[in-house]
Amino acid sequence: MTIATAEGPETLTKKDFTPPNEVKWCPGCGDYAILNAVQRTFPELGVARKDFVVVSGIGCSSRFPYYMNTYGFHTIHGRAPSVALGVKVANPDLSVWMITGDGDGLSIGGNHLLHLIRRNPDINVLLFNNRVYGLTKGQYSPTSEIGMKTKSTPMGSIDHPVNPLHFALGCEATFAARTTDTDQKHMLEIFKAGFEHKGTSFIEIFQNCVIFNHKTHDPVTGRENRPDQVLLLEEGKPLIFGAERNKGIRLNGLDPEVVSLEADDVSEEELLVHDPKRVNPAYATMLAEMQHPDFPTPLGVLRKIEGKEPYEDAVSAQLESAQSKGEGDLEELLVGSDSWVVE
Amino acid sequence: MIDAKGSFKEIESAVVRFAGDSGDGMQTVGERFTDTTAFAGNDIATLPDFPAEIRAPAGTLAGVSGFQIQFGSRQILTPGDAPDALVAMNPAALKSNLADLVPGGMLVVNSDAFKRANLAKAGYEQNPLEDEDLRSKYNLIEIDLTNLTKEALAECDLKPSDKTRCKNFLALGFMYFVYDRTLETTLKFFQDKWGKRLPVVAEANSLALKAGYNLGETMEVARNRYQIAKAPADAGRYRKISGNEALVYGLTVAGKKSKRDLLYAGYPITPASPVLEGLSALKRFGVKTVQAEDEIAAMGIALGASFTGNLAVCATSGPGMCLKSEFMGLASITELPLIICNIQRGGPSTGLPTKVEQSDLLQGMFCRNGDSPIPIIAAHSASDCFDTALEAARIALTYMTPVILLSDLYIANGSEPWAIPDLSTIPELEIPFANPEDEYVVYRRDPETLAREQAIPGQAGLEHRVGGLEKNEAGDVSYDPENHEKMTHLRADKVAAIAKSIPPLEVLGEPEGDLLVLGWGGTYGAICSAVGNLQAEGYSVSSVHLRHLSPFPNDLGEILGRFKKVLVAELNMGQLSMLIRSKYLIDAISYSKIQGQPFHVSELTKRFLEHLQ
Repeated sequence: MTIATAEGPETLTKKDFTPPNEVKWCPGCGDYAILNAVQRTFPELGVARKDFVVVSGIGCSSRFPYYMNTYGFHTIHGRAPSVALGVKVANPDLSVWMITGDGDGLSIGGNHLLHLIRRNPDINVLLFNNRVYGLTKGQYSPTSEIGMKTKSTPMGSIDHPVNPLHFALGCEATFAARTTDTDQKHMLEIFKAGFEHKGTSFIEIFQNCVIFNHKTHDPVTGRENRPDQVLLLEEGKPLIFGAERNKGIRLNGLDPEVVSLEADDVSEEELLVHDPKRVNPAYATMLAEMQHPDFPTPLGVLRKIEGKEPYEDAVSAQLESAQSKGEGDLEELLVGSDSWVVE
Repeated sequence: MIDAKGSFKEIESAVVRFAGDSGDGMQTVGERFTDTTAFAGNDIATLPDFPAEIRAPAGTLAGVSGFQIQFGSRQILTPGDAPDALVAMNPAALKSNLADLVPGGMLVVNSDAFKRANLAKAGYEQNPLEDEDLRSKYNLIEIDLTNLTKEALAECDLKPSDKTRCKNFLALGFMYFVYDRTLETTLKFFQDKWGKRLPVVAEANSLALKAGYNLGETMEVARNRYQIAKAPADAGRYRKISGNEALVYGLTVAGKKSKRDLLYAGYPITPASPVLEGLSALKRFGVKTVQAEDEIAAMGIALGASFTGNLAVCATSGPGMCLKSEFMGLASITELPLIICNIQRGGPSTGLPTKVEQSDLLQGMFCRNGDSPIPIIAAHSASDCFDTALEAARIALTYMTPVILLSDLYIANGSEPWAIPDLSTIPELEIPFANPEDEYVVYRRDPETLAREQAIPGQAGLEHRVGGLEKNEAGDVSYDPENHEKMTHLRADKVAAIAKSIPPLEVLGEPEGDLLVLGWGGTYGAICSAVGNLQAEGYSVSSVHLRHLSPFPNDLGEILGRFKKVLVAELNMGQLSMLIRSKYLIDAISYSKIQGQPFHVSELTKRFLEHLQ
């Protein structure tokens, strides 16, 4: 895309966002695919390279800023939301992207992520979910399934996993989506949708850790499983899935149920129609709760609502209002209301 | 003593303490007395002293809240050791404060409150007001405050319980009579605060205040009245200011002088919350404030804003500093400017949240992992917080470093007169960002300051990454052993280089002699007073008060060497003393106090004297 800059129009390509330094993830890591997708997304957004800031915490995914030729800040474990918010409040014109993982974002940084999402600054959060601690060599994470055997859980994990999208919706996320490192086209589409959303865009990315949790998402997004295990969300379209596109999601009371269009003799009209703009969070939460193996796993934008003022806009509005009659007089401030003069 | 009613005794200074239940409005009364007294042209120093509980059970010792002020026609550097007059609103206030009152001092009590239930709560078996010993030892003035207030407000349209709440102002009015203060400043305060919103409250408080003053005129027992002349002061405009207010103003001015937006991120914590509140009210100056979800996030928000070119500030107290320490390390390695204010209180852990201590110096020095020196400066009085804020900004921006600014509860809450500075005389603090025309090397350094240049998001062509991993000069991640050693030394050398920009130390007294008293922070007033007293008696004693605690000023070592003995007085277990001993290899004597209370001039004088004989 061509962007107007002070120096004239600028056409950016993926290459502009690729720094010369070597990428040091394990060969075959899903992070490469995500990096590629982000580097392909950024030139498409109409934002000058100087105006991108990529902020991360700690973990494999959080090395991301070093591999993006933009402004970047690799911060400390779990605290990226606070730094990203500081950047955005300091300069609301910047396009801020926050990179985190399941451990960084949902364990040590869970509190910060909650408060980032509820404040709703216009920041795009990419949470790489590989359900394991990679950089510390394979301990179970807050999204690991019960029973997962790791070096720190030799008898299997006994923690109930957190569902990232349910968490985000619980924080009243205005934009919540899921994509997968196995689908470049879908990642680009979701990243762009996140960028276009004014407010915090929370995007969970199913990411494969080739060393410590290989193929964790395969039952859902693996090439052979995907047609029957993924529910691709498309706005305005009925919830249909299956290799033969012959299965759908129907509401039974307040619960979703999988129905076969043929065997159950159900017509498309009876199926739920995807509408991410429903203000009531019940629908999006229901989608977030639909999980393998009982349900197909939704990929796409679960929720996208407007009307909640982004944090930085509210900050700017208060400053403008306070300064509507001109900036304060510093001398007057220091003198205050009860001063006296010594002759 | 002068007996004639209405006549005055001229005195040089006085110490007055108001004490009562947390809900009795003692802090309010103290503040009003301070305003009036500052306005009258006396020099002042105050000590608010209140419990951590907002409203401990009424009438108990745990709930006693006090406010002490010393005022005079001479220079006043401390709130005074012992009150000359004590106002006790109930038996608990009497019990916990009486021991401090000077013999023969004025003791004003609310006699209504000395009933069986209150006496029992305070642990009195008998009414102490009936104690002949007490009556002979002090100038006891019993006032039926509750009933007199009810009578004075008989015509007011207020509930009886609301009427009795005005009794603190009746007591204040009485003390105004005793010390010959005018009522105008306080009456104006009532109008400003309640005049429009709750005129009946403004009226009731005004009536109570006047009733108290008039009571003095009619009361035989109040025959001792005092007058205190104006204190000598340089010509200029003055106001009363507390340390936290001065910090707020100093930071705001620093933002303007640096031509950067000021961003403050904080989390409520005693006694730093007034900084968050104060700056939040200054949006008309373009000040951005964020109340973060916790102390850690406050640092993160500030650091993100610093990376983006704001003058970024946090303020907290000891426990908050613990939480901020990992981010301090990140600010140190990324070499970003940041001001971290620590309004110290008693520790460890939650410790004494509403009492003073200077025990976070070593925390500031060493709370981080790795070799990560951060400059530390300290304010020495309420008004000095203004200058210290400017100095913190100068160091942070010039040297591209986080800076720890130490204040303490005593100077943060205490007030004193402040000669309002002329803004045009305050130096500019503008440090330009990197020039996009030039090649940008992230960790290339200025040869003089060793500071790196800052480029901020939005500057074309200067895109770069910073982070917690060690970097080489180019800004790339580096695990090279020699590079890490080099960068560690450079960061330390840069902080050490700040010493070159510190003006020569001021020695109070002779430049050499028998004893040098070394202090830092809020103990300034007490140390100067004690040393001044001993100097007046001919002793060879001088003092130095440090603003810069890391790095130390370059001339400190030489000054220490000119005295036979060096004594370090501080409100901790000897933290500066430890640093002085380790850096200068001298046998510094430590005098420490860890009672949650400031030094008394008398105790310091006594201790210094022990080393002079």
